[in-house]
Amino acid sequence: MEPIIKTNNVSKFYQSQSGLVRAVDQVSIEVFPGEFAALVGPSGSGKTTMLAMLAALLKPSEGQVMIDNKDLGKMKENDRVRFRRERIGFTFQSNNLVPYLTVQENIEMMLRLNGTLSAQGKNLVKDMIYRLGLEERQKNLPNQLSGGQKQRVAIARSLIHNPSVVLADEPTASLDSERAYQVVKLFSDLIHEQGKAGIMVTHDLRLCIYVDKVYQMMDGKIERVLSSRQEIDDFIACG
Amino acid sequence: MAFYLAFKEIWRNRGRFFLFSLVIALITTLVLFIAALAEGLAAANKEYLEKLDAQVIIFQKNVDLSANTSQIGRSTLNDILRVPGVEDIGAIGLSGGSLILDQSGNRLDVSLIGIEPGKPGNPDITAGRPIMTSRANEAVIDFRIAQQADVGIGSDLTIRTIQGTEEKFYRVRVIGITSGQQYLFRPSLFLPYRTWDDIRPQPSTNRLNSELVTNIVAVRLVPGVEIDQARADIERFVSSVEAVDLKTAYEAIPGYKVQQQTLNTQQFFTLLIGILVVGGFFQIQMLQKIPQIGVLKAIGASNLLVGAAAVIQIILVTTFGVFFGALVTAALALGIPGNVPIVFSGSTVAIAVAALLAIGPIGGLVTVRVAVGVEPLMALGLSS
Repeated sequence: MEPIIKTNNVSKFYQSQSGLVRAVDQVSIEVFPGEFAALVGPSGSGKTTMLAMLAALLKPSEGQVMIDNKDLGKMKENDRVRFRRERIGFTFQSNNLVPYLTVQENIEMMLRLNGTLSAQGKNLVKDMIYRLGLEERQKNLPNQLSGGQKQRVAIARSLIHNPSVVLADEPTASLDSERAYQVVKLFSDLIHEQGKAGIMVTHDLRLCIYVDKVYQMMDGKIERVLSSRQEIDDFIACG
Repeated sequence: MAFYLAFKEIWRNRGRFFLFSLVIALITTLVLFIAALAEGLAAANKEYLEKLDAQVIIFQKNVDLSANTSQIGRSTLNDILRVPGVEDIGAIGLSGGSLILDQSGNRLDVSLIGIEPGKPGNPDITAGRPIMTSRANEAVIDFRIAQQADVGIGSDLTIRTIQGTEEKFYRVRVIGITSGQQYLFRPSLFLPYRTWDDIRPQPSTNRLNSELVTNIVAVRLVPGVEIDQARADIERFVSSVEAVDLKTAYEAIPGYKVQQQTLNTQQFFTLLIGILVVGGFFQIQMLQKIPQIGVLKAIGASNLLVGAAAVIQIILVTTFGVFFGALVTAALALGIPGNVPIVFSGSTVAIAVAALLAIGPIGGLVTVRVAVGVEPLMALGLSS
């Protein structure tokens, strides 16, 4: 089986006043269909920069970022915008939802952006709303939702257009522990069910109980890769 | 999609956007009233000259195109008529006087205009008949005089003028009514030329030896003759005269240009304030939305979409505000008394509305630039 996400010695350098900063340094990762991986590490370890390159928001300085066998580094800006729209689902830490669109409209937005909001698309949205337990809230605006509900809407939006890759940047940062577990479990279940390749950036190691693989980053490099259930559970237990 | 986003945001925040539209409506009302005042004041000054059935007006030379100062002798008229390209000419006498409205002495100031029957300078008649002789105690009046003095065809009017040091009173009968024919902020009363010469204010009552003179001469050209060429020919063939087109003639009315420049400056600054207000409102709103736009771009919204949504939103809000303001202006205009010099002409209103509609996009240019410049990396708390 081919990995959906594959990076080959990818690096990102920045020029700062103190010299060249290697935010990401020769990182190689692979994520297969139906696999949910976590990028963990302390602040400044390069995980968010890595996520930005995987999301086609940043071009790598060196190496390759391949998604669905397409080299993101070689794409033109317009192609990268379209690629994000069609192939990537994104959940952010905050400001996830458009405040003047209802729950239903926020989820529909990815279909509108892609020009695929047909009757079938509307049914998909309804199914997703039902699946995520948001049917009572579908006409509500984001400011009428709790933090957990907002993140569930964001998860629905990230999956509704059937992307190959789902990326999440600290999706539980604004949630209490119980809500955080619920949200990540939901994410994990949907990724496994729908055969997506998912990557979540988090600093909360406890949430790794729902992932299949952990990439631990430090100073821009991959320090450790944990790919068995036992290794991951031991890692969580050690904190 | 751009319209969808723009409309949804307006609709879900309709209270805020409506209040802002009211500000645009207020600016619209102000601009339209200033435009209408400029138009009304200009008309009150120039209406008669602007509507003349002539293409060239002749003044005495070296009087700075001042109609009241200009004195052209009757002998000069024949010289003008012989100039190639001149089809017909009409002597026009201009002065001021008062109508006595009632026994208690209430007066209405009017422009007394002496004209020759059938010659250029005669106004269009909307009721009754035109002046047909050079001397008769009859008059054609501006419809405003008919309204304000409550007179009609067949009514007798008493004209008061000062001749020498004495007040003189003349009675004339109304034979015709014209459309708007104001001159120097007064409605016009047209008299046969010789009657006008008898009635007009004069420095002395002793005029037995004075030559019959006219203030200005209206010249109708042979169809197809260039106005500039005719003006040059007139000044070449006739001595001591200055020939100008109608626009130059009414722009030379004392105070006309200064007044119009003042009002145009007011209008310009009101529009400028409009641009700054619109720009400021949308700019503040855009700055609040930057994180949200970063997310939109990160999930695949293009710069074109984000920019178009901003432009559409600005256009929708501005258009609503301008048309709401135009409706309010129209409602207010219905209550304005007829003697207030405010005229809403189609072209003036159209130009003002077009300018007002343009202030939105112009004011919002910076906003659009900000929207397009937002980096999608902001969604991740990064920047390039």
